[in-house]
Amino acid sequence: MENKSRRSFVKKLGVSVGAAGLVGGSSLLSSCNQVETASGDTIKLLTSSGELVEVNKAQLKPADMPSLTENQKRGRKGLPGRKFVMVIDLSKCRNARECMKGCQKHHQLRPEQHHINVLQMQDAEHTAPYYMPKPCQHCDNPPCTKVCPVNATFKREDGIVLIDNERCIGCRFCIAACPYSARVFNWFEPRDAEKYEGVTYNIEANVPQKKGTISKCLFSADRLRDGKLPTCVSSCPNGVYWFGDQNEDAVTNGTTHETTSFSKLIKDNAAYTLMEELGTKPRVYYLPPKDRAFPFQGEIEDHHS
Amino acid sequence: MEKTKSPEESRKLLDKITFDLTRSIVKRDELTRFWYFILVMFAAVGLWGWFIQIRDGLGVTGMRDYVSWGMYIANFVFFVAVSLIGFLISSSLQLLKISWSKPISRVAEQIAIAAVALAGIIIVMDMGRPDRFLNVFLHGRFASPIIWDVTVVTTYLTISVLLYYIPLIPDLALLRDRGGDDIPKWKMQIYKILSLGWKGNDKQYKLVAHSMRVLMILILPVGLSIHTVTSWLFAATLRSGWDTTIFGPYFVAGAFVAGAAAVVILMYAYRVRYRLGEYFEDLHFDYMGKLLVFVCLVYLYFNINEFWVPAYKMKTAEGIHLRTLFTGSYAPMFWSAQMLGLILPILLMLFRFFRKPLPLTIISVFVLIASWLKRYIIVVPTLEHPFLPVQNVPDYFKHYSPTSIEIMITIFSFMAALLIITVLAKMFPVITIWEYAEEKGIDKEILAEPKK
Repeated sequence: MENKSRRSFVKKLGVSVGAAGLVGGSSLLSSCNQVETASGDTIKLLTSSGELVEVNKAQLKPADMPSLTENQKRGRKGLPGRKFVMVIDLSKCRNARECMKGCQKHHQLRPEQHHINVLQMQDAEHTAPYYMPKPCQHCDNPPCTKVCPVNATFKREDGIVLIDNERCIGCRFCIAACPYSARVFNWFEPRDAEKYEGVTYNIEANVPQKKGTISKCLFSADRLRDGKLPTCVSSCPNGVYWFGDQNEDAVTNGTTHETTSFSKLIKDNAAYTLMEELGTKPRVYYLPPKDRAFPFQGEIEDHHS
Repeated sequence: MEKTKSPEESRKLLDKITFDLTRSIVKRDELTRFWYFILVMFAAVGLWGWFIQIRDGLGVTGMRDYVSWGMYIANFVFFVAVSLIGFLISSSLQLLKISWSKPISRVAEQIAIAAVALAGIIIVMDMGRPDRFLNVFLHGRFASPIIWDVTVVTTYLTISVLLYYIPLIPDLALLRDRGGDDIPKWKMQIYKILSLGWKGNDKQYKLVAHSMRVLMILILPVGLSIHTVTSWLFAATLRSGWDTTIFGPYFVAGAFVAGAAAVVILMYAYRVRYRLGEYFEDLHFDYMGKLLVFVCLVYLYFNINEFWVPAYKMKTAEGIHLRTLFTGSYAPMFWSAQMLGLILPILLMLFRFFRKPLPLTIISVFVLIASWLKRYIIVVPTLEHPFLPVQNVPDYFKHYSPTSIEIMITIFSFMAALLIITVLAKMFPVITIWEYAEEKGIDKEILAEPKK
């Protein structure tokens, strides 16, 4: 029963070997290593903070490591009963770009690949410029999933638009179809491809990335399954992001951890969605950049270079 | 049709026709070898480029996250466009019983087969994961225009091959029976197999006529679909410049322009190279010139609609797009395509002199090049102007220019298409012998006679 006691010890330490092959912090892992003696087989895993760690195979509960097909199946279905929604408060964004950094780390992106991109915007000639973080809008009428010839990108029950890069043929029709320029392509081998070699593909993080396939923001679906907020939401130091469940009508601020009513938040602040006239029905709402907490710094880049 | 000739006259005439029309099959000289060498060499260089692209990723091209379709897609649209001429000449005109186009239909069908086959190959070369091509069949979703495109392109290729092959059968039998000693043995062997034991009786001719009629009617909706669906790859998106309702007929009209120009060029090449001046007569060029003027006028009409209407309104995003075309970075390409490839040819071809073989061929070369540039203008500039600003990416993400790998692969596609046409011309007569003989009043029974 040695095996069993070891398992309970791991549990006690609170290492949640995530269903998607995630483990907790590496510090916890090193303490696990002291307990481990039996086999020398190691496996590479991705932590929820985007770090790649190597752990002993014996520490993992096999039942919690879904196979690739199971992972894909579960990833296609989504989290039952949820309707995820994001609110971005433009009056708070001061271009700290922590969201972009965290995201690129989590999703194995190159510096020029953005699942979330903080854009400098100016709506009319004499209006004030402002910063606008732009993730995938997770549209309820997504133009991208419509055009996919192989069902490699799809809309889940919980509102998230996901990608299966084990199936994507790299035709890039979805890039052409997306009016928000939300999608990126792996034109070359992805960043640190060697390091991720042999890691089981996690559809909910789209990691490891694959050459010749598409990627985009996934609302950190892997973290949502673990009950955590998306990486960008948690990384923001300025309280820009609110994230939550429309069914519960509750959104939580990633910085202050304050939870409030989603409907009240968007009603009171006259929230809007991007390019509403296109009929894409985004799940990302913006609060207008009024009474901005920080001045706009630097020069505005040309809109349509 | 000319009146029936006496058997003696007929035999003599048939011998001459067969001799002339098998010249392409018999002819083997240095020039042929050199031509093959050029085609194969450039095609091989292109394939090597594709190998590099597969090895290193699509990043070896000039495409990036914003302009994610480039020269390959423009080239794909061009080849689909050119292939549509088979539909116009060997089906529509035949169904309308326009007899002058009969000797041209095989030329048109050669172009159709080569172009549509290459269109299929180009689209695979544009894929990030060509190794997963079968996913299109395993996981195909019928909501995607790509699946519609794959369906109609393969159907069109199949019907085009049949439209080429079925009227070829009596010719193959004729060559099998009457072919000269100067035709290589292996070619005779192939004629024997492919002629499927043709005997040349009335029943068989009726069967050919009947199946041709069925195919000609079948290809009408399919032909119309291939280019309409190809236009929907763009029109089904929300992007300014593509988000228009006339893309289907606009593309189809443009396709006839490109295809008719290609037919004129190939006719001229055969006329000169295989001394077929008596077969591809001045009259054919004159009529093709008139046809080209007509399709150019239709295309001009669609161009005016496509550019004038949004230019009148200048909606924000459309305005940015149109300004780059009219006065911006794409203006030289845009105006030279419109002027040298459309308006000037229309004006010139109204005069009889410019519908003579050589002037018409030169005009057609301009028209064909402009057609290619036009596809490039349709694909690339729109992608350079998305709705949201392009920021936080390197400068080369913002403007597209093709790399040498892309140019190599594009050259491959042209060389491979010419290779298919050359092989067809070297294997089989470029004009349907039996149809031509029939026109000249030669009795079918004489066609079936074995060689003395």
